[in-house]
Amino acid sequence: MQSNAALEYDYSVAKLFTYTAILFGLVGMLLGTLIAAQMAFPELNYLFGQYGTFSRLRPLHTNVVIYGFTVSGVFATFYYSAQRVLKVSMAESKFIMFVGKLQFGLYLIAATGMVVTLLLGITTTKEYAQMEWPLDILIVLIWVLWGVAMFALIGIRREKALYISMWYYIACFLGVAMLYLFNNMEVPTYFASGGIGSMWHSVSMYSGTNDALVQWWWGHNAVAFVFTVPIVAMIYYFLPKESGQAVYSYKLSLLSFWGLMFVYLWAGSHHLLWSTVPDWMQTMGSVFSVVLILPSWGSAINMLLTMKGEWNQLTENPLIKFMVLASTFYMLSTLEGPIQAIKSVNAIAHFTDWIPGHVHDGVLGWVAFMIMAALFHMAPRMFKREIYSRKLIEAQFWIQTTAVVLYFTSMWIAGITQGMMWRAVDEYGNLMYSFIDTVTVLHPYYAIRALAGVLYVTGFVMFAYNMIKTMTSSKVLTEEPQFKSPMA
Amino acid sequence: MFHWLEKNPFFFAVGVFLVIAFAGLVEILPNFAEASRPVVGLKPYTVLQLAGKNVYMKDQCIACHSQLIRPFKAETDRYGQYSLSGEYAYDRPFLWGSKRTGPDLHRVGNYRTTEWHENHMWDPTSVVPGSIMPAYKHMFSNAADIATAYAEAVTVKNVFHTPYGDDIKAGKKAWEAYRPKVLAEAKKIAANMKNKDVKDAVNAGKVPEIVALIAYLNSLGSSRYEANKVK
Repeated sequence: MQSNAALEYDYSVAKLFTYTAILFGLVGMLLGTLIAAQMAFPELNYLFGQYGTFSRLRPLHTNVVIYGFTVSGVFATFYYSAQRVLKVSMAESKFIMFVGKLQFGLYLIAATGMVVTLLLGITTTKEYAQMEWPLDILIVLIWVLWGVAMFALIGIRREKALYISMWYYIACFLGVAMLYLFNNMEVPTYFASGGIGSMWHSVSMYSGTNDALVQWWWGHNAVAFVFTVPIVAMIYYFLPKESGQAVYSYKLSLLSFWGLMFVYLWAGSHHLLWSTVPDWMQTMGSVFSVVLILPSWGSAINMLLTMKGEWNQLTENPLIKFMVLASTFYMLSTLEGPIQAIKSVNAIAHFTDWIPGHVHDGVLGWVAFMIMAALFHMAPRMFKREIYSRKLIEAQFWIQTTAVVLYFTSMWIAGITQGMMWRAVDEYGNLMYSFIDTVTVLHPYYAIRALAGVLYVTGFVMFAYNMIKTMTSSKVLTEEPQFKSPMA
Repeated sequence: MFHWLEKNPFFFAVGVFLVIAFAGLVEILPNFAEASRPVVGLKPYTVLQLAGKNVYMKDQCIACHSQLIRPFKAETDRYGQYSLSGEYAYDRPFLWGSKRTGPDLHRVGNYRTTEWHENHMWDPTSVVPGSIMPAYKHMFSNAADIATAYAEAVTVKNVFHTPYGDDIKAGKKAWEAYRPKVLAEAKKIAANMKNKDVKDAVNAGKVPEIVALIAYLNSLGSSRYEANKVK
């Protein structure tokens, strides 16, 4: 192999995951909008019989957006950018290509299985770990295949030093592997009882308070290692690439990375404040949540300062807009989280709509914005065509930004209203409101949130349309663009 | 050191793993034995109640209802005594939930009745005007999976030493022998219900989901251990 010949990267696996990211994004966000609307207009619960109630669809929504949309985005960007930062092509190794495609095939089977079983109500109910044991085994296999592909690519790399994005992808792989295995330890009842009942059912290895601890150690860090770590990997690659700017500070990257790795895991118990887990664990969760602001803001500030002196690009390039706003929402979300993790605030915020509000300024404003920007950046390079429409991206940006703002402001108000009403007492010290009073008062906010959902999905449809047009009928490029993605 | 790590992926990965695993070792492991001890007198769920718990899981009641009463006056006034760790000793999985779109249910058995649940699950607004909870009419016709619930009881007894009686043991024969006990318990619940289809089904030897669910909901609260306390 000539070392000075230009590498021809192979994007076949990256393309496959791009398709599923678009598909699952659309399905997951439509489901989210439907269940948001159900909370404002309960008649919508009866569209699909027993399969259409809020309670059945809510876990389906979370799982499809996490494991369908986000994880597809993670794999797509990984199979795209890992080749480039390691300076190897997937085409150089039949083995790696095979592993990548096998991983995609199994992923598709698991994702389909996930949708079907959750609709049927086959679930462990542990949040973001709802899938039952046969699917868990399949997911472990998929994850191992990803690890094999990752380390095989690293093994044959030409660029000896690992770029920052690779650090984060490796951490995503290791962190999820460890947490997923421990949280999904379960015993299938069919085999333990001599063949009675359903094959699918299992019981958790842990009970009660312990189960809660392990679950939220996982649940919180699923947020860390799926919604944060690989998304940071993306922004470290795509923002410098799209803007043509070098990353602002290597030292800040180091501090943020190792800081995030060390601090994140401790914060899991902030989901269990005022519960029956030991008090010292709760306090640890609170304290480390506040410390977590440092490495989170470190990455975000590093990215914003990368644009130093180049802020004009913000008006010239809509993809930069998406990434800069994503970075900003990341800062908002990682400040809001620690605030909610303070025990006195948590006493009001926990169990209310402020929590989904917090989650969504993170996932809509940070995760989804970053994934869409990354896929837009990849499209002209993978499909050798320019992006179909710049106007459409601009419109999408403003529609979706409005949606995110409507979403979190309405849920902030709803959550705090709810939290205050639950504890309100009259002059004699009696509770002022019955529970239903605290539900009916939220109707306008639920309606606004549903509207936010409609807007966000509208933006996503524009994204999907733009991507499909780019793949099929946009102007063909003769040369690979270096920095700014070409768009009509 | 960091430059060296970045050129040696294996050691880099080992380093990352150690750094992220550390918190788990310190924070998760130490209290395992302590926290899983049951409160004095706590009885495990009956097979019918387990079947009901599985209905609760299948239809994801957990999406809107918590089972965790926090130690605040506003919560104990509304729901009863705050939750104790030992009350959850037989809960696999834990069902604390993370969102209260509807009220907490950890002690719902202390203050709601079979009749109330029957009306509520058929049409929530009939007992709670303004409720946004969907009706769960399909629970009145779907059969509860009592065989799987029995399998679960056998599993937790054999694997985790949950104190069930000798009549709960592995194998299909043992299950056939046990089945009438589940039906007898279901009949007691159905006796307080008015839905004719449900009553007919129970008399014909079937257990509709709603019957199992109500058995479970009635068990939530202090009834599982109050009566057995050493006086």
